[in-house]
Order: sequence, then C-alpha cells, then structure tokens
Amino acid sequence: MESFKADVAIIGAGGAGLRAAIAVAESDPALKIALISKVYPMRSHTVAAEGGAAGVVLSHDSLEHHFHDTVAGGDWLCEQDVVDYFVAHCAEEMVQMEHWGCPWSRKPDGHINVRPFGGMKIERTWFAADKTGFHMLHTLFQTSLQYPSIKRFDEHFCVDLLVEDARVQGAVTIGIASGEFTFIEARSVIIATGGAGRVFRENTNGGIVTGDGMALAYRHGVPLRDMEFVQYHPTCMPGTGLLFTEACRGEGGFLLNKDGYRYLQDYGLGPAQPKPVNKAMELGPRDRLSQAFWHEQQKGRTIEGPHGPVVHLDLRHLGEKYLRERLPQIYELAEQFLGVDPAQTPIPVRPAVHYTMGGILVDGNCASPLAGLYAAGECSSVGIHGANRLGSNSLSELCVFGKVAGEEAAKFAKAAAPGNSEVLRKQAEATQQRATHLVQNSKGGERISVLRREMAQTMEQGCGIYRMGDEMQRTCDKLAELRQRFVHINVQDKSRVFNTDWLLAIELGYQLEVAQAMAVSALNRRESRGAHQRLDGFTERDDANYLKHTLVTYSGADTPVVSYGPVKITHSQPAVRAYGAAGEKADADRAALDEKAAATGGRSA
Amino acid sequence: MNTGNKVITIEVLRYRPEQDTAPVAQEYIVPFTDDMSVLQGLQYIKDELDGTLSFRWSCRMAICGSCGMMIDSVPKLACQTFLRDFYPNTVRVEALAHFPIERDLVIVMDDFMEKLDSIKPYIIPEKPRALSEGEYLQTPAERDLYEQFSSCINCLLCYAACPQYGLNSNFIGPGAMALLHRYNLDNRDSGKEQRMPLVHAEEGVFNCTAVGYCSEVCPKKVDPANAVNINKTESASDYFLRFVTPKGACK
Repeated sequence: MESFKADVAIIGAGGAGLRAAIAVAESDPALKIALISKVYPMRSHTVAAEGGAAGVVLSHDSLEHHFHDTVAGGDWLCEQDVVDYFVAHCAEEMVQMEHWGCPWSRKPDGHINVRPFGGMKIERTWFAADKTGFHMLHTLFQTSLQYPSIKRFDEHFCVDLLVEDARVQGAVTIGIASGEFTFIEARSVIIATGGAGRVFRENTNGGIVTGDGMALAYRHGVPLRDMEFVQYHPTCMPGTGLLFTEACRGEGGFLLNKDGYRYLQDYGLGPAQPKPVNKAMELGPRDRLSQAFWHEQQKGRTIEGPHGPVVHLDLRHLGEKYLRERLPQIYELAEQFLGVDPAQTPIPVRPAVHYTMGGILVDGNCASPLAGLYAAGECSSVGIHGANRLGSNSLSELCVFGKVAGEEAAKFAKAAAPGNSEVLRKQAEATQQRATHLVQNSKGGERISVLRREMAQTMEQGCGIYRMGDEMQRTCDKLAELRQRFVHINVQDKSRVFNTDWLLAIELGYQLEVAQAMAVSALNRRESRGAHQRLDGFTERDDANYLKHTLVTYSGADTPVVSYGPVKITHSQPAVRAYGAAGEKADADRAALDEKAAATGGRSA
Repeated sequence: MNTGNKVITIEVLRYRPEQDTAPVAQEYIVPFTDDMSVLQGLQYIKDELDGTLSFRWSCRMAICGSCGMMIDSVPKLACQTFLRDFYPNTVRVEALAHFPIERDLVIVMDDFMEKLDSIKPYIIPEKPRALSEGEYLQTPAERDLYEQFSSCINCLLCYAACPQYGLNSNFIGPGAMALLHRYNLDNRDSGKEQRMPLVHAEEGVFNCTAVGYCSEVCPKKVDPANAVNINKTESASDYFLRFVTPKGACK
C-alpha cells in the first residue's frame, strides 16, 4: 500500500474543495495538501451549475436584503449568524474569482453585471453567460495549479476516513487506474464531495453525485442535519432531468400550462405582469414553483409528453439574438436533446431533484463535531439553506465556506499533535481488506443496477414534492430491505484496472445510507416547511414543535437515530413566507415586527 | 431506462490490460428510443448486459468533458451523440484516438494534464491587486476577445482529431494552445512573455499543419485551430521584434 503524509487532506475537488485547497496554500505554503478527487477536478459537478452566484453589489441592494431573502427563502430554518457571515462575504469572494480570471459577464462600462434570480428581492446574481459553474470551476482549478503545496490525487476514490484518538487523521483511497490503495495521513480533513441527488430517479445531477462524503462522515458518528429537505428544480428536461437554469426565468421566460396560461398566478405568486418582477411569478422560489407544477398536474392542466406530464417554459418573446447571448447553453441543450428551437417553440419542462439542502453537521467555522473534520459546499450543512435553498446561493457558498474550511483546517493541522503512523497504517490495511472483500467475495445474486433503480423509485414515491406518512414509511421499510440485500451484491468485474463496477457498488452502499437518512428525517418531521410538504394532516408549518433542525445519527445496520437541535435566530423572527403582491405586504409587516422586537430588546445581533 | 421496440447493435472496442494482449471488438444488442444518446446505450450495457465495461461519464449534458470517444471513427461526446443517427446500422465506439488506452473506452490523459499545467493557465497580474480595489474593468468587447477560447471543456476531442498530435505527442496541441491564447488575450493578464517560449518551441505552434479538423470536432465551438494559427503569426512577429526589443512583441 502506498502512503502519503499530508497536513490537510481534502476529499473532493469541485468548487468548495479547490477553494479550500487554495485557502490552505495561501494561509501557509509550508502545509502539505492532499487534494483527492474520484474524477479529474474539472469534471466535478460544479461544472454543471448554470445561472450564477449571489453577492450584493447594487447601491439599492443591501446585506440585510440578501439576509432576509435567504432566511425567509429557507422558511426560517437557517442559522442566522452563519447567514450574516455568508452575505457579508459573498461579493468579496466573487471579486476574488474575478481577480483569478473568471469571465464574469459585464456591463458596457466594464463593471460586472448582475441578473435577477428566484426569491431574490434585488438583482445580485453574478453570472458568466449560463455557464457560471463551468467557468468558476475551471478558474479555480487552473488557478490552483500555481500552488506547489497542493498534491493532487486525481481519480482516487475515497473508501474511508481514518479516525484515531477521537479525531480524524487521514483517509484511504483507491487509485482508479491501478486499483492500488493509498494510505493518506493528515492532521485535518475537509470533506467537499457535493450532494446526493442521484438517490432519486429524475435528477439534474451528474453520475458522480452520490453522497460519498456524507456517508463517510455519517459512518464515523457525525450527524447529518436536515436531510429531509431535497430541492426539486422546477424547470428540467423530461426523462433525463437535465437542467434549464432559473436564469431562463430571470431573463424573462414564462411558465405556461396546457392552456397557455401563466398558472403561477393561481398559487399566491401573482399578479402576472409582462416583465419579470423580483420575488413574483416565475421568479418565485423553487419549492413553490415545483409545488405549483404538482397542483397543475392534479387539476389535469399539464401537457402529456413521452416522459410524463410537462409544462412549457416559454422563451420565444426574448428572441434568438438575446437568447444566444444570455442563454447559449440552454439554447443548445433544447436544440440538441429535444429538437426544439426555443426562439420558435416553448420548451417542455418538469421538476427534477436538484440539490441536497441538508448534509454533514458543521458550525459556522465548517467544523464538524469530530475533531479535525471539516466540510464545505453541498455535502455540508453549515446552516444557510434551511428548508429551501435560493438559486445562486450555492455557488457563493462554495467560495465563502470553502475558504473558511481551508483556513480553519490549516489552523487545526498546525496545532494538532502528529498521529501514530503505525496504528493508522494498520487501520488503513483493514480498510483495504474490507474494500477488496467486496469484489473478491462477492458471490451474491443482487445486481447493482437493480438495487439502485429500486432505491431511486422508492425515494421518488415517498420523498417527492408532496409527501404522506404511509408512503414515507414504505420508503423507509424499502430502504432497510435494500440495505439488507446490499450484503449480497454481485460485483461482476473482478479486475483491478479502472474497475468501475467495484466503485459503483461502493457508491451504492453510500447512497443507500444517505437515502435512509433522508427518508427517516422526512417521516419524523410532522409539519410542512420549505421543500418538505406533507398532505397527511401536517400541511402547515408548525413553529411550536418543529422550528428545529433534524439530526440523524448512524446506527450500523439498524434504523438511524433521529434527534433535534435548536435553530439560531438572531434578528429575523419566523413570519409568513409570501411572494408576489402578498410578499410585499408580508415584508412590510415583518419590518414592523422586527422593529418592535428590536425596541423590546429581542434583537441579539 | 426506456426500452422501445427498436434495437441497435453497439460494437465496443474492449481492452482489459489484465487479460487482453490487444484491443478486441465486442457487440451488444441494445433496445433504444429516439431520444437515447450513445452514452445511454453504454449505460444500458453496463447496467443490464455487462458490468465489466468501463467508460468515463458524469454530467450527461456536454459540459464536464468526461465522455469523449471515437464514435464511428469520429471524436465525439457520447452524451450528445444520438443512437437514432446510426440506426439501423451498427454503431462502433472506441477510446479516443492518439492516447494510450487505460482500459476499454478510458484513455490515459496524463499527457494533457501536464500540458495544461505547462501553459500557466491562470492570470499573471502585472502587479498584485487587493480585493479592496474591486474588480478589474473589462468591457464586453474585451471579454469577447478571449471568451470563446475560455469555453474549452478539456474533452480532448481536438487531440484525437489532430494528425500532428497522433504523429508526435510532444506537440502542445490544440486544446492547451487555445487556453494559452485565452490567458494571453485577457486584459487582466501580463503573463504572455512567460508563455510565448512554449509557442515558439519545437513542440509549439509550427507543428500544426493547418488541417483544421480540431475546430470541426470541438463540441463547444472553441476553434482551437484559430488560436494556433493566430499564434503562428504572433510567434513570427515576436521572432522578428526580438531583433529590435529584448522582450519581443510582449508587453
């Protein structure tokens, strides 16, 4: 077994992992960094983000507006002190990206341009046409190449963390090309492995988005927080789930039902106006828009397509020239994958799973309860998304908290005592045996693809846009059954070189555990909030009982243990969450309420 | 996966270094619908027919750059190539040309990663700029100068298309040259002088015989051939100017 001694190991080299690596390198060039990715960094799923990244820049915008949009958008399940930090550092990180070469779209005077996005009161979304994630990822990756202290482990698949003396001290990886294991010793570890959307059937995610880091931390006793909150993006390609960015609506696109009617006005998002209005209609938040699709379907007002019911995303009135400039990738996707010219014909769309709001429990410093373990990006739950993430907050999150995680992990590494390499190596060897056993001793009859499909189907049935207790229970039972059957998984490929069958089996093991954490969390939350909406008697938000975070703790082969933690409220008391004209009234009421709270000393920040 | 009544034969060039001495073709019969990509065909094989087939993929939407391969001898992304365009004939897929095969449809891409590293693909500012100074000004016209070259997804189709790279893999090649050009054209950058030696070098632009196939196969319209040929002119003028000024044509 090969070995490498790092100060900081980073698992995942997408936006958050790369930003963290640069932060470690800049905080102390003497620190050795192991940057581990199961793909080449530029293949990471950050690449597929389209619309943009939030950061307050306009003079009529304010940090308070961004704060409130985020907290209300999250249905008050956000850590408000963390949101404060976040909104205060977004623009600075976007400028940092600019200095590193990110090709932000510009205004004629050469300053960066911003566009409107769903649930945002003022335009504050920085964008690079409709390939923002692609440009941010490549900028970060290419920038990272100038730091000699970053040692990359490309196409190295992480199979376990090494935990000794109650702190994390490294990781074990499989070099995919050779099938050889590497024992990576580290004084601190950052997990930045992204989300888990692939546990659902129709999703916008790349094949690699399998919740690996969540499962790694979870198996070592770190709770996963708020896992029931899974975001359905309202405008995705039927069948494949590929994404049509929210920027389509930010630029003025309409959503139409089978009668050509802008149906969102029937769901508290109106009135309908010809030009886009922030926080109204098509620029409402994603959870509300996906829920409205569900209701239209119930009413029989959707359009039947070859992959089930759809509505129309109408961009025709924007014209080909503008669409090619602002939404070039969307134009090509529609043409190539659907044979639709969006300047001539509306695009058929439906909701698909997009984002995991919950994740590895970390504090505002990105530190998990396990000493030395940090997490950043979609795999983490730092507390800014609550029950529903706002579009364009996640790309900013990668930078803001990637940097925090890097700096904090660097500090920890410098203060930590060296580990006992021999003990750690023994642990790594045991991990190697377990992982190899999965291939060599696999004689069972369970097929990877069958289990994966059954998992995705049951997640969609029980944990979709609207949820019912009995259906969620069936999903929990099914996942428990699938975990039992996983013991008999058959890895057909017995070779060592680039054995993706083996990796798919390990990923499936991760996915089943993360899916179970989601389903069990969902079943136990007996209210409706943000992306978690129930139809079985718990249709309203219940602040008295559920203004709290769900925490799930791993319990081996058994059902995980559910507990709850407090939500940090500093200066925004839970209020009515409303959009459109109703939202404007609610804003005024809230301002009065906050003012009253401040006058009576209820404001602590 | 949707299965229609139609089936198509996908012939895959297999190579498993632990058991094969040379690549060998294997046929699979795959049910398909008109909206299925070649990638979805391969996924069907992997899931339903043969778990031992290896290929790279992720985003499914032509932006991550993972799934480049030769499809009927043309370098393409499997995710945006559709089975319907080959039916009723057999579609043949094999690993990208001009690279060593790691296994099956997976190539060894170390060479490109080293080339990418060598061109210093990052902003080298004239002087450090503090965050408090805000963003650099860059007009839409200045951005347009390099934007096209910044769209490279590193899928390596251009390398598989380049006859020169096939003959001599020391040639820096179209993709890396496009990215080099991208940074040289960016008004925030002052690193051109450090990059030009790579352009002039024996492995530099003059290896290119102006076939232009690289630009033809590029899925993102980066037009690397244009980048290479502009740099031929730049290199020649730089060579000439070296007699007049010590830094040649660089700022």
